[in-house]
Amino acid sequence: MSDVLVVADHRRGELRPVSYELLTVGRELADAMGGDLRAAVVGGDVERFAEKLDCEGVDAVHTVAGGEEFNHDVTAAAVTALADAFDPAAVVMPNSVNGLDYAPAVATRLSLPLVTDAVALDYEDGLTVTREMYGSKVETVIDVTSEPVALTIRGGEWPAAEGVGDAAVEPFDVDVDESSIRSTVRGFEEVGAGDVDISEAEFVVSVGRGIEEEENLDLIEELAEALDATLAASRPIVDNGWLPKNRQVGQSGKVVTPKVYLAIGISGAVQHVAGMKGADTIIAINTDPDAPIFDIADYGIVDDLFDVVPELIERFD
Amino acid sequence: MKILVTVKEVAEVADDFEIEGLSIPETYLEYDLNEWDDYAVEAAVRIAEDRDEDVEVVAVTIGPERSEETVRMALAKGVDRAVRVWDDALAEADVLDPTTTARVLAAVAEAEDPDLVLSGVQAADTGFGATGVALADLLDMGWAAVVNDLELTDGEASVRRELEGGVEELTTVDLPAVLTIQTGINEPRYASLRGIRRAQRKELAVHTLADLDLDPGLVDDDLTLAGMSKPESESDATVFEGSAEETAAELETVLRDAGVGAE
Repeated sequence: MSDVLVVADHRRGELRPVSYELLTVGRELADAMGGDLRAAVVGGDVERFAEKLDCEGVDAVHTVAGGEEFNHDVTAAAVTALADAFDPAAVVMPNSVNGLDYAPAVATRLSLPLVTDAVALDYEDGLTVTREMYGSKVETVIDVTSEPVALTIRGGEWPAAEGVGDAAVEPFDVDVDESSIRSTVRGFEEVGAGDVDISEAEFVVSVGRGIEEEENLDLIEELAEALDATLAASRPIVDNGWLPKNRQVGQSGKVVTPKVYLAIGISGAVQHVAGMKGADTIIAINTDPDAPIFDIADYGIVDDLFDVVPELIERFD
Repeated sequence: MKILVTVKEVAEVADDFEIEGLSIPETYLEYDLNEWDDYAVEAAVRIAEDRDEDVEVVAVTIGPERSEETVRMALAKGVDRAVRVWDDALAEADVLDPTTTARVLAAVAEAEDPDLVLSGVQAADTGFGATGVALADLLDMGWAAVVNDLELTDGEASVRRELEGGVEELTTVDLPAVLTIQTGINEPRYASLRGIRRAQRKELAVHTLADLDLDPGLVDDDLTLAGMSKPESESDATVFEGSAEETAAELETVLRDAGVGAE
C-alpha cells in the first residue's frame, strides 16, 4: 500500500491549525501515491480531536491515548508503532516546535530519510520537496529517491482541510515502556506579560537587526513617541536583551494586528512574518531591496534607516 | 562531568548574490560559527565555570579543514578540546540528511561518553532543525528541543522550551540528555585575545568515517539536490523613490491618511 500517515498537533486542549493543513497535504500526497489518508492524534482528548479531524478526504483517524499534554517520548513511540502497523509510504508531521521534538526520532527509529520544513511537495515518479535555505534567501528542490519517507511541513503553506468526512475512527493501543519516558511536562507559562501589550496596539513601530547597536534604539523610541505608536521588535533585538520579551513580534512572540505596522531594519524572516502579517497596512524601511519584508509590505523605502527615520521624526514632532 | 557541544560552520549569503547551477559561488559566501551553536557553546562553558566539580567541554564538528577556524573560536571561548570529522564521502554529499549527520555525531558521542550534549536548535544555512533530537534517539538518551532556559540538578535537567505564540513549556528531562539550545538563552561572550592565543594550543583531533568505524556508504543517502533558485519576489509594494527627505514626505502622507499622528 501507499498510504499516507499524518500526525495532528495539539496543545492545551486545542488542535493547532497546522493539523488541518496536514490533512490537505496528506490527501494530495495519498492521491498521487495511490493510497489512503490516515490521520493520527496522540494524547489529549483524542475522541473530540478525532471528530474534528474527520474532514473530507480522510479515510481513517487513529487515536492513541497518551496523557493530557504532548510528550515527545509517547508521541515518538506511538507514531513509530502506527507506521509499523500500517506501513505508510510517507509519514507527515508538523514543522512546529513539538513536531521537531519527535519527528527526527521517528525517522531514526524507522530508518527513514527525513526532510523538514517543506513548503511545497510534488509527486510524479518520486517525491520532490521544496524547502528554503539561508533564512529565506534560497529555495532548494530536493529529490527523495527512496520510500518510505518522513516529512515535516511548514505551517501556513497549505489550505486547511474542511468539510465532514466519514473516516473510521480507530483507537490504537501502544504499549509505551515506562522506562522509555525520560521527560515530564510540568506546566506552561505565558511570557511577555508586562507594562505594554503590543498585541492590542493600533500603530506599531517595530525594529530589527538593522539598528546595529543598542544605543541606536533611542532613535526608534523617539520615532515611536513622535508617531504615538507602540514600540516592538523582531527576535534578535530581544535575544540581545535590548528590549524585553513582551515586545517581541513573531512565531515565538506575540501576534500583532495593528492598523499600521512600520518595520524598520527588519528583513522579514518567516518566523517574524507569522506574527505581523495581519496588519492592515505594512510599511518597510530596509537597505536590501530583496529583503522578504517587501514581499508582504504595502509601502516600502529602500534606504538607510539612519537617513529616513530622522526625517520622519522631524515631520511628526 | 563531560559536556559535548555540536558546532557547525555555516555559510552566510551576501545581500546581492548569484546562483550558478546548484551552488552559490564562494565570492558571495562568508563563513561563521552557527548562531544557535554559539549559544550552546556559551551554555556549556557557563556550566563548566559554575560547577565545583571538574567539567570538560568537548566540541564536535563535521566540516572541511576551513571550518577549523570556526572551531578555534569555540576553543577560544572556553571549550577544552575539539573533534572534527571529515571525509571524501561527506565532501561529495550535496544534501546531508539530518539523520546521517546525527549518525556521524553519534559515533563521536559514543567514544566520548558525555553526561550532557548541547546542540543548536538548527543550522542557519540548511535549517533542518532535526540533528539534536535524532542524535539523542541514536544515543538512547533523553532530550528536549528548543530550550531557552536550563538548570541542572542531580540527574535531571529542568528546562523551558520555547513554543509558538509566546508560550513556554516547563519540562524536566533525565540525564544524560541532548538539549537543543535556542538563541537568547544567554549572552555569548566574545573570544578574548588571550583565549584566542590559548586556543591555538588546544587539541583539535581529525577523524575520517573509517576512524569512527563508520561505513562511508552511510552518506550515500536518499536525498539529492535537484534545484536551487532565488525565491520569486511576490512584492506589490509601492516603493517610494528619492532622497530620504522625499521618501519621508511620501511616508508621512500614508501615515497621516491611516490616522497616525492625529490629535
